[in-house]
Amino acid sequence: MSRTALGDTRSTPHDPQNPPTADPTEQESPVARTTRRRPGAGGPAGVALRTAHILLLPTVLIGLYWAFTAQPGAGFYTPTPSAIGSAFAELWFSDRFFVDVLPSLGRLLTGFALAALIGVGLGVLLGLDSRVRATIEPVLEFLRAIPPPVLVPLMIMLAGIDDTMKITVIVFGCVWPILLNTVEGVRAVDPVLSDTARCYGITGTTRLRVLILRSASPQIMAGLRLALALAIILMVISEMFASSSGLGFAIVQFQRTFAIPEMWAGMVLLGVLGFVLSSLFEFVEGRVLGWYRGLRAAHRGE
Amino acid sequence: MTTTHESVPHHLGERPTMLKVTGLQKIYNGGATAVEAVRDLTFELAQGELVCLVGPSGCGKTTLLKCIAGLMPPTNGTVELAGQPVLSPPPGMAVVFQEYGRSLFAWMSVSANVELPLKEKKLPKARRAELVAESLEAVGLTDFADAYPWQLSGGMQQRVAIARAIAYEPQVLLMDEPFAAVDAQTRADLEDLVRQIWKRLGVTVLFVTHDIDEAVYLGERVLVLSNSPTVVQDDVIVDLPVERDQLTTRQDERFTHLRAHVYAQIQQAKKGTPTPAA
Repeated sequence: MSRTALGDTRSTPHDPQNPPTADPTEQESPVARTTRRRPGAGGPAGVALRTAHILLLPTVLIGLYWAFTAQPGAGFYTPTPSAIGSAFAELWFSDRFFVDVLPSLGRLLTGFALAALIGVGLGVLLGLDSRVRATIEPVLEFLRAIPPPVLVPLMIMLAGIDDTMKITVIVFGCVWPILLNTVEGVRAVDPVLSDTARCYGITGTTRLRVLILRSASPQIMAGLRLALALAIILMVISEMFASSSGLGFAIVQFQRTFAIPEMWAGMVLLGVLGFVLSSLFEFVEGRVLGWYRGLRAAHRGE
Repeated sequence: MTTTHESVPHHLGERPTMLKVTGLQKIYNGGATAVEAVRDLTFELAQGELVCLVGPSGCGKTTLLKCIAGLMPPTNGTVELAGQPVLSPPPGMAVVFQEYGRSLFAWMSVSANVELPLKEKKLPKARRAELVAESLEAVGLTDFADAYPWQLSGGMQQRVAIARAIAYEPQVLLMDEPFAAVDAQTRADLEDLVRQIWKRLGVTVLFVTHDIDEAVYLGERVLVLSNSPTVVQDDVIVDLPVERDQLTTRQDERFTHLRAHVYAQIQQAKKGTPTPAA
């Protein structure tokens, strides 16, 4: 996933973080920086247009694939969308949802949350103290260079094939972008703002909460976004090895038993899952970083 | 017109000392070379005084201000606020920095920015709301309480910083070239705002600037700093009327005279040959 929060500055038509533009009653008029860019984007016609915009390409792609599979010699391994669709409905709207999907999601979210906790916590520590950073950084660089999937065989021996192994693999892979981005974000806290906070007696946990973490939040969110994409990949990989449940396990099982439409349905579900999680993340990010997008827009306007 | 800093200004004799800087020296040690930014600064501010510090660029004004604010330990010398030595940022001091865009919390509304230091002071909620409303009113930003700082113009952002400083109810207000980055018209308005707030609240103000006109227009007293390594080159009493006006005061013969004097002192300072005050 290449799109990061830092580069992502699209203005949403209904930004809940932006209060209505202040009334220019003073001689120094405030620059109207929250003006909506796309006129009519809020109206029902605009919504329909945007929906059509979003759905256009997927429809074309599915149509093309369908045309391809409708050919006489298209083959066993590329089932038609309708076959995949019915397999999808049959598979995932059954108890397999509880056997495979929920455990996978649980491991994914647990791993992601743990990685976020460790990454941000350690990142703040490293970002604030250059001596700790100098001590720990070489080791971190080494650990970071290890591809997380190679941990699977080791973790099977150490922790068995249960959830602990899978979560560990997810955490080990996800923690790096969060950690490194947090370190950068914390180091980039503006010295003037930091001095201001000191002058006004803002110290200790308040300083951490209102200055450090908020100031570093654009970078932290960028790290979390990368980590979320990694978490999905690692979740599947960790389940493909020794496992008895989960989406990765199910897809491999379908492939080995030549249940091809089912295998495709698994892939589609993973895609949907990734899309939903990423949308949820974007929603949260919009709430957390509304100020940042406005600030950047203001700087560009000057 | 001028006095040496040993003698107390005539109209301030009654007031106790609020801020006392004694023998302040700051040397930056950077590897093999040590740079002496400030050599030996000694001056006092009486309670309720508005003093401007002016000096040639690069004369260590910011270093001095950071030492006074307790943000940076001096190499030698002491700073005392109301008789207490300043070793870390004291609760009775508020600072307004030049970089308004970087000294406000971009993720907080205007009123939250003003209120945050009051929360840290553990003031009750009602009192906080009162102080925020009063100080925003004093700087003319009542209508913008819920806006974010970056939605405002530069001059208005600096007003937010000033509102935050006065809501803090400091004994001493330090201002580090606060208007250096705003346009000329806004600057004139903000200068009058500072005078007005100072008269109303009776707060002691140390105003650092590189602008001679601004120093003379604002101050009751102007401290002229020498070139780096810095000493106090001159201490000028500004005997202009208390009521000042951008138009008439700046045309006043006395203003022109004082301005010329400070200018001459700074030119001397730039040459690096501190002359004793006339």
